[in-house]
Amino acid sequence: MWDFVKLLVLAAIAVFAAYVASYARDLAHLVHMIIIMLVAAGLFIWQIRRVGEPAPVHDPGQYMDGVIRAGVIATAFWGVIGFLVGVVIALQLTWPQLNFTWAEGYLNFGRLRPLHTSAVIFAFGGNALIASAFYVVQRTSAARLWGGNLAWFVFWGYQLFIVLAATGYVLGSTQGQEYAEPEWLADLWLTIVWVAFLAVFMGTLINRKEPHIYVANWFYLSFIITVAMLHIVNNVQMPVSIFGSTSVPAWAGVQSAMIQWWYGHNAVGFFLTAGFLGMMYYFIPKQAERPVYSYKLSIIHFWALIFLYIWAGPHHLHYTALPDWAQTLGMTFSIMLWMPSWGGMINGLMTLSGAWDKLRTDPIIRMMVVAVGFYGMATFEGPMMSIRAVNSLSHYTDWTIGHVHSGALGWNGMITFGMLYYLVPRLWQREGLYSLRLVSWHFWLATIGIVLYAASMWVTGIMEGLMWRQVDAQGFLVNSFADTVAAKFPMYVVRSLGGVLFLLGSIIMCYNLWKTVTSVGQKKPAAAAVPAE
Amino acid sequence: MADKTPENKVSPPERQYPDPKVKLRQEPPTTGHSWDGIEEYDNPLPRWWLWIFYATIIWSVIYMILYPAWPMVNRATSGLLNYSTRAEVAAEISRFEERNQVWFERLLETELDEISADAELQGFAVNAGASVFLAHCSQCHGTGGAGVQAAGYPNLLNDEWLWGGTMDDIHQTVRYGIRNEDHPDARWSQMPAFGADGLLDEEEIDQVVHYVLRMSGQQDYDADAAEAGAEIYEWNCASCHGDDGGGDYFQGAPALNTAVWLYGGDYDALWESVYNARFGIMPGFAGRLRDAETRAVAAYVHQLGGGQ
Repeated sequence: MWDFVKLLVLAAIAVFAAYVASYARDLAHLVHMIIIMLVAAGLFIWQIRRVGEPAPVHDPGQYMDGVIRAGVIATAFWGVIGFLVGVVIALQLTWPQLNFTWAEGYLNFGRLRPLHTSAVIFAFGGNALIASAFYVVQRTSAARLWGGNLAWFVFWGYQLFIVLAATGYVLGSTQGQEYAEPEWLADLWLTIVWVAFLAVFMGTLINRKEPHIYVANWFYLSFIITVAMLHIVNNVQMPVSIFGSTSVPAWAGVQSAMIQWWYGHNAVGFFLTAGFLGMMYYFIPKQAERPVYSYKLSIIHFWALIFLYIWAGPHHLHYTALPDWAQTLGMTFSIMLWMPSWGGMINGLMTLSGAWDKLRTDPIIRMMVVAVGFYGMATFEGPMMSIRAVNSLSHYTDWTIGHVHSGALGWNGMITFGMLYYLVPRLWQREGLYSLRLVSWHFWLATIGIVLYAASMWVTGIMEGLMWRQVDAQGFLVNSFADTVAAKFPMYVVRSLGGVLFLLGSIIMCYNLWKTVTSVGQKKPAAAAVPAE
Repeated sequence: MADKTPENKVSPPERQYPDPKVKLRQEPPTTGHSWDGIEEYDNPLPRWWLWIFYATIIWSVIYMILYPAWPMVNRATSGLLNYSTRAEVAAEISRFEERNQVWFERLLETELDEISADAELQGFAVNAGASVFLAHCSQCHGTGGAGVQAAGYPNLLNDEWLWGGTMDDIHQTVRYGIRNEDHPDARWSQMPAFGADGLLDEEEIDQVVHYVLRMSGQQDYDADAAEAGAEIYEWNCASCHGDDGGGDYFQGAPALNTAVWLYGGDYDALWESVYNARFGIMPGFAGRLRDAETRAVAAYVHQLGGGQ
């Protein structure tokens, strides 16, 4: 019975998508509808071939690791894609001739830039968060993922969202809000997937056999709930038509800007900080085999972080139409956020005290330590840049780009790499990684890449800020905008080189993980994962 | 320094290396929970962490008292310092405005062609004009004023002019622009599209292009075609570009007998110019810049190299 309902729904979606596609008003919507039609039709065929077969058994005595394995593969795949697009647009900024005329309107900088940011944040980071959340919540709750195949729906649904968003960017479907570019169709779909994600996570937590909820899960849960809230509020909009991708937002003017940066800053705060702190709180103690440094610190910095972060968004709008009082709010809450952010760094680093010798022997620990180090640096730099006076120099310059990347490459990238190196041998029951030497290569390539990236952006950012504000004794501007662009060229070359090194490191990682799965011996099943009795 | 007796030599204390098998300090207590093997120490909050956290909170409260911070019913508290970002910018602008006021007035009072005679005023005008140029003109004419060769953005560094190079001519062009719909005083002219509109056939265009190649002193042209093109030129082109190809400022008709080209001077570019014609547009700046600023930028462009 249930099978036939599913078949009916899938068939209806496929037919409806085909109908909408035939009347689509823009190319992006046409492509999206064709994708949806193909996915629904494919699922229909897959489903009809399984009618009458016994349903897969979900043994509550076993962890559900298949979906995490898929998540690990997706993380590595989207990571390389995201870094590659990043290198391409860095080169386009260095040599604008790379915005080829034949690719104009599809592969020029303006189209590829959101593709890069979304690929690394949502595709790479998002898959890393979903996969690690599923892994961590099962282990620390000693319970199988709740909801049966719902976890698989979350995984594949999220991949569909990524494909819809990415094709939309290249074909020019965007609502023009940073990190929230996808139009209503992808927005709606993500909402459904995200609610399912929340359900799986909450269900597992409720089913836990441990008396307390582990700190990593607090962070994961705050990340899932807050992102849902941010996503919905920032995307309140009315589609113009079901046949087109455009929509009219509910917010306008400075309110729209305010909500956009409330969203944008907390995408950083809850997606890239809270979520990844959850990752940090599990994988660092596990890899270091040490207890977490301070339970008290984890409580205080958790609540302080999530309370303060949500107010800090207006610091993106200093010296704009945003009223001064709102700017003050954003700035002071960013300053107060400094120590709560550092609480995570202290807990991460101090967990290693007593195990510092492992830095010499274990390149995975080294990666995690550098990740926490960059986290600490970026969360100091952020409050500093939010100070109005500093911001008047740094705003709109490459300094911001450098700041974001020391966070994204250093913190999010490195901790995710550490997580992948930790998970792959365990998920595929291998004796260990294929090569620690290659991990070391990855570590150094990535670290040097980040240093080149951040340092070059500091230099051009501050130079650019100083050149923009340079006036002569009579108050006349000294430089044209083009002068500042020309002056940045050498640093753009350095930045591109940093990006290439980081990309190379990630390709080495993929090779290493691939060889780990394919050519390292099977681990004896003695330590097979079993939830607590 | 000389005395190196063993008595006053500081000897390093004998270092004691800990036995790695012995734990140096007591392990702190844990909270007693364990998740997948992870335990948590019950360490207190680091003091320095806590004090800096308190300090940032106190600092923020003080800042909120001094600066606009609390939204009330009708407006926000303005803070003890009465600070406002808008007022700050306005104050900075008016500081320079006041200082330059006397100069701007002198610039407006002086006849355009007499500015350069007043060395002080000329210095100010060129300085101010350079800044206006960087912000408003450099996008097309380049930061140095060299334009974009063969792409229709005129070079302002030489003495070839389309609409004249005197102070008055330049000022007129800056104020009202060229071939725009914004202002009735915009400079206006339109070359016929000789090929596209069927005024000349392709053979005739070929011939007149060869004639222009010869006229401009280039070596690579077909002598017979150029000879035939002479008459076509006289009938179709000379009325604007002049019998000798000297151009006409009044109609914005470029000179054709020099090596300077707006859209390129090779065979293909000339063919395109004759066949489809060109229609370069420049916006007028009368509405965007103050009068003193348009005068200043005219003075700047005039002294770049080719002012007449």
